[in-house]
Amino acid sequence: MSIRAILLAGSAAVAMGFSTPAWANKVYVSNEKGNTVTVIDSETWEVITEFPSGNRPRGIGLSPDGKLLYVCASDDDTVRVFETEGYTELYTLPSGPDPELFTMHPSGSPLYIANEDDNLVTVVDTETRTVLAEVPVGVEPEGMAISPDTKWVINTSETTNMAHFIDTSDYKIKHNILVDQRPRYATYTDDGALLFVSSEIGGTVSVIDTSGDAPELIHKIGFEVAGVQPEWLQPVGMKVTADQKWLFVALGPANRVAVVNAETFEVADYILVGQRVWQMGFTPDQKYLITTNGNSNDVTIIDVAAQKALKSVQVGQQPWGVVVSPN
Amino acid sequence: MLPSLTVILAALALTMAGATGALALEIKSAVLRISYPELLPISRLDLKPDDLGFVGAALADEDNQTTGSFLGMEFSTQTYPATPETFDAELQKILDDGVKLIVVIANAEDTLRIADTAGPEVLLLNAGARETSLRDDMCRANILHVTPSYNMLADAVVQFAIWKQWREVFLVHGSNPKDLAMRDAYTRAITKFGGEVVEQRVFEDTGGARRTDTGHVLVQRQIPVFTQNAPDHDVVIAADASDVFGPYLSYHSWTPRPVMGAGGLRPVSLHASHEAWGATQFQRRFEALSGRYVQEEDYDVWLAIRTIGEAVTRTNSADPAVLREYILGDEFELAAFKGRKVNFRKWNGQLRAPVLLTDGRLTVSVSPQEGYLHQRSTLDTIGLDEPESTCTAFDD
Repeated sequence: MSIRAILLAGSAAVAMGFSTPAWANKVYVSNEKGNTVTVIDSETWEVITEFPSGNRPRGIGLSPDGKLLYVCASDDDTVRVFETEGYTELYTLPSGPDPELFTMHPSGSPLYIANEDDNLVTVVDTETRTVLAEVPVGVEPEGMAISPDTKWVINTSETTNMAHFIDTSDYKIKHNILVDQRPRYATYTDDGALLFVSSEIGGTVSVIDTSGDAPELIHKIGFEVAGVQPEWLQPVGMKVTADQKWLFVALGPANRVAVVNAETFEVADYILVGQRVWQMGFTPDQKYLITTNGNSNDVTIIDVAAQKALKSVQVGQQPWGVVVSPN
Repeated sequence: MLPSLTVILAALALTMAGATGALALEIKSAVLRISYPELLPISRLDLKPDDLGFVGAALADEDNQTTGSFLGMEFSTQTYPATPETFDAELQKILDDGVKLIVVIANAEDTLRIADTAGPEVLLLNAGARETSLRDDMCRANILHVTPSYNMLADAVVQFAIWKQWREVFLVHGSNPKDLAMRDAYTRAITKFGGEVVEQRVFEDTGGARRTDTGHVLVQRQIPVFTQNAPDHDVVIAADASDVFGPYLSYHSWTPRPVMGAGGLRPVSLHASHEAWGATQFQRRFEALSGRYVQEEDYDVWLAIRTIGEAVTRTNSADPAVLREYILGDEFELAAFKGRKVNFRKWNGQLRAPVLLTDGRLTVSVSPQEGYLHQRSTLDTIGLDEPESTCTAFDD
């Protein structure tokens, strides 16, 4: 691993000398055990700083202008809000207990937060900092996504094994789709026609057609890696490219990211990354995909076009979530 | 598997989206628990609460109903506390109510009697009896075993010992029949995984109460003497299903060695300290409902009722025959807060599940251990594997 990492780092540095954008972006990584956020420069891939971010930081996101950083401090039962110049904490948002993941309305408000302990999705206005609604969902809500037209918020519940379709106009659940065990994460294609839901224990990604009147489960993507016990192929975080051609799936303890053709749903390749790969984030130009590797305390930078790992960067203890600042 | 499954699931999803508002599917189950006259446990942390097992059922009902409310299903579970004198009558009540899904917490003999009285129309889920014989020559087609067998527990312990290179075992066992059954499970496991029993020594159950008041003074004198003059060994394993001496061995053995089994590092289906793989949420839900820590029987019953719930949700049926077929089929899977899916062995109806090893404060390790491979599932490296089981009731 180490020799390979050095070689990759070398080639990455050469490659990036020619291809980086005019300005660098900041990559924010929440470190679940370290209780910190690590900030990385996306041009040099050097760590800029690491700052305290509350207890057990997991889900992480940015306001559309990139000026506010939202961090689920799960053990503090709150979402902490930091400004992204000096990283000082501005205020907290009422999140409900044990917030884990959230999705944000593209306008920057509200946040839709999954509360694992209370079988609720909490809707929070980020400006007035008040709770707009609490939506009862299945047992152990986790994955959150919003449809590109903002009409639907998706929540996945880990013990109920469903994707719940919450209507954003009245906060009522209008559809439920059963998926495999322990659904963890949900993400739409940019045109809103497909929804992917990863099932960690089931070992599959459910593909849901959302183009019709009612959502319909049309396929399940399975994974297979020679020499890896099937039970370790546990899909968690996912990202789809803007051209909707590729779906990247983090496979947790299998230490790999699956590259799936998002049109045929065939797995094209597996990229070896760090240990217990969890969540992922694109740079705004989608040249790079950053993966958090919880058990090796690093993030791996993937060249999206080449579908290759470029290098890994050491961060804090047990990195969990990642988000990259907009241009 | 995937393409054909896709079509079925798509159809199922459509059916279910339309199911809300239609007539609800009612799923009734029962928990029958027999309490036997027995001495108090050695540790008061192991005291059995009155609602033992029943809170697990209540929690599973809530979990099932949350899903059921989205699908037009109504789950309900009645609990029946019984004694050896009253359980026949309680079983009759359950059967008279037309309930055909029954979770049983009882000893091996009574579990068999309940299964045979209830008959093939009824599906029993065993959440109490751990005797391997129930998964072997005494198996019944209408019993699914959610609780792990002695063999699974022994294999889980011995895999860890071998992983640690503790190959030479001093095996101390009790004198009651279930202690001997557990001893046999350990000797089998030690042979299977390449360890060696350097000596077997019996700790006679001479009756009487547990350690009382200043009893630790006596224990501190007695156990070193009892464990003296054993051949060189790496680890002490206690086969003590009767809770007579296991917890006394740690720190008191003549030769300073780690203790596993009934004392020291113990194999359990769940422990209140277990937090990995989302178990914290389970623990918090359980504690909010019961006001106490979870015990193994509670988790085993929760898993049993969740097994029913999962099968009902996927088949849209409450018919025991339909559920049994689905549960024993390839598509059944359940998340159980153990990091991987659990399902059932087709040859004897035993749940395939990891076993936790706890020191009483933390999950120290989880078996199967790394490196134990199997052509079907690494989970089949613990417990009675297909060629080892003489069970034929599941053959058709």
